[in-house]
Amino acid sequence: MIELLEPLIPALRRYARSLLRDRTAADDLVQDCLERAIAHWSQRRVGGDTRSWVFTILHNLAMTELKRRAPRSSDISVESAENWLSTPPSQEDGLHHRALLHALEALPEDQRAVILLVSIEDLSYADAAKVLDVPIGTVMSRLSRAREKLLKSIKDMPAEPAERPHLRRVK
Amino acid sequence: MTSRPITEDDLNAFVDQRLDPARLAEVAAYLEAHPDVAERVNGYVAQRGELRALLLPIADEPIPAALNVRHIAERHGRRSRLPWWAAAAAAVLLIGLGGAGGWTMRGWSGPPLQGIASLGQEAADNYAVYGPDHVRPVELRAGAGPELADWISTRLGRQIAAPDLQASGYRFMGGRVVATPHGPAALFMYDNDHGTRLVMLSRPMAVDHDIPMQPLSQKAASGFSWAAKGMGYSLVGPADAQSLLHPIADEVRRQIGNDA
Repeated sequence: MIELLEPLIPALRRYARSLLRDRTAADDLVQDCLERAIAHWSQRRVGGDTRSWVFTILHNLAMTELKRRAPRSSDISVESAENWLSTPPSQEDGLHHRALLHALEALPEDQRAVILLVSIEDLSYADAAKVLDVPIGTVMSRLSRAREKLLKSIKDMPAEPAERPHLRRVK
Repeated sequence: MTSRPITEDDLNAFVDQRLDPARLAEVAAYLEAHPDVAERVNGYVAQRGELRALLLPIADEPIPAALNVRHIAERHGRRSRLPWWAAAAAAVLLIGLGGAGGWTMRGWSGPPLQGIASLGQEAADNYAVYGPDHVRPVELRAGAGPELADWISTRLGRQIAAPDLQASGYRFMGGRVVATPHGPAALFMYDNDHGTRLVMLSRPMAVDHDIPMQPLSQKAASGFSWAAKGMGYSLVGPADAQSLLHPIADEVRRQIGNDA
């Protein structure tokens, strides 16, 4: 059990933090997830993939947490990217990267989750479908929509987005 | 040769580098012929690369102590073994026993169990210890290959194959060699979709070489024991599962009979 769970922790932390954008809350969530995985270890399907099983637990915990905090943080990021990222965006790409992260945050949660699971965590489309408990076709259409929206928001990016107030709610 | 039309799914799989070489060539040719689509797809590829550059390094950060799986598992093991009030009650009981002195203890040391009765006790004891264990219920897991069978045959001097209980809804989890007052025994563990676990214990019998199946006399667990051709077998499960275990024990005996 320990041998199977331990190697997953870095990716679990990354997924939790990318979803919550908050170091402490993300690590709390991963701890909760590990405790549940250990408590329910005998209930995972034999021969099933441990990674997608544990990611499912984490994803569901994250969605509950995001719903809980939704009312007070629908249009503000919990921490500025400099705080929750490992390496803050470099000077020359800073604005562009910040805009990309803002666009990512602005995505509906289900689309953001697909992008993160597929593009960052390298889950197969089938495993992402398992984690999100949706058909694979839904994963594909969410992925398309998410990518298109990200591309569009980067293109429409105003010249100095960092200096402007958040206007996302208006559109 | 006509190729399938290129779909949005293909374009996504192109971005995620998940196309097989044949399809990759087709998609590449399609993008060559459709610069507008190619521009959009290139945007996706760049976007994916940027997100990875920003987010991947999070996984390289040192893991905080709170996320040490070993510690979490140990904590969980302690918690699930006994709730605090049960431990407290046990302590009170022990103090009471100590106060009552040796007289109370007199009844505890009956003659050591022999034969099939001892086997049942050993199976129930091991079920009580390993059944609720979430840290390492089995030493060698079902997927570990022939290692478990080799271990058992080395220590017991007999080949014992783990019965297949899939038809009864129980999956083989793995096993270990355990100690009994009569030498090493093989322990196999199974669980079902509800997390209910069963244990089968088997060892050579010095007495009671051939004994028909009989129910366990223990209270904390239920099950059946029998002996055939000098080997003893005991299948044990939760205390309330006696009727459920009978057909499974029959199935185990049938499989062993077939193997012998």
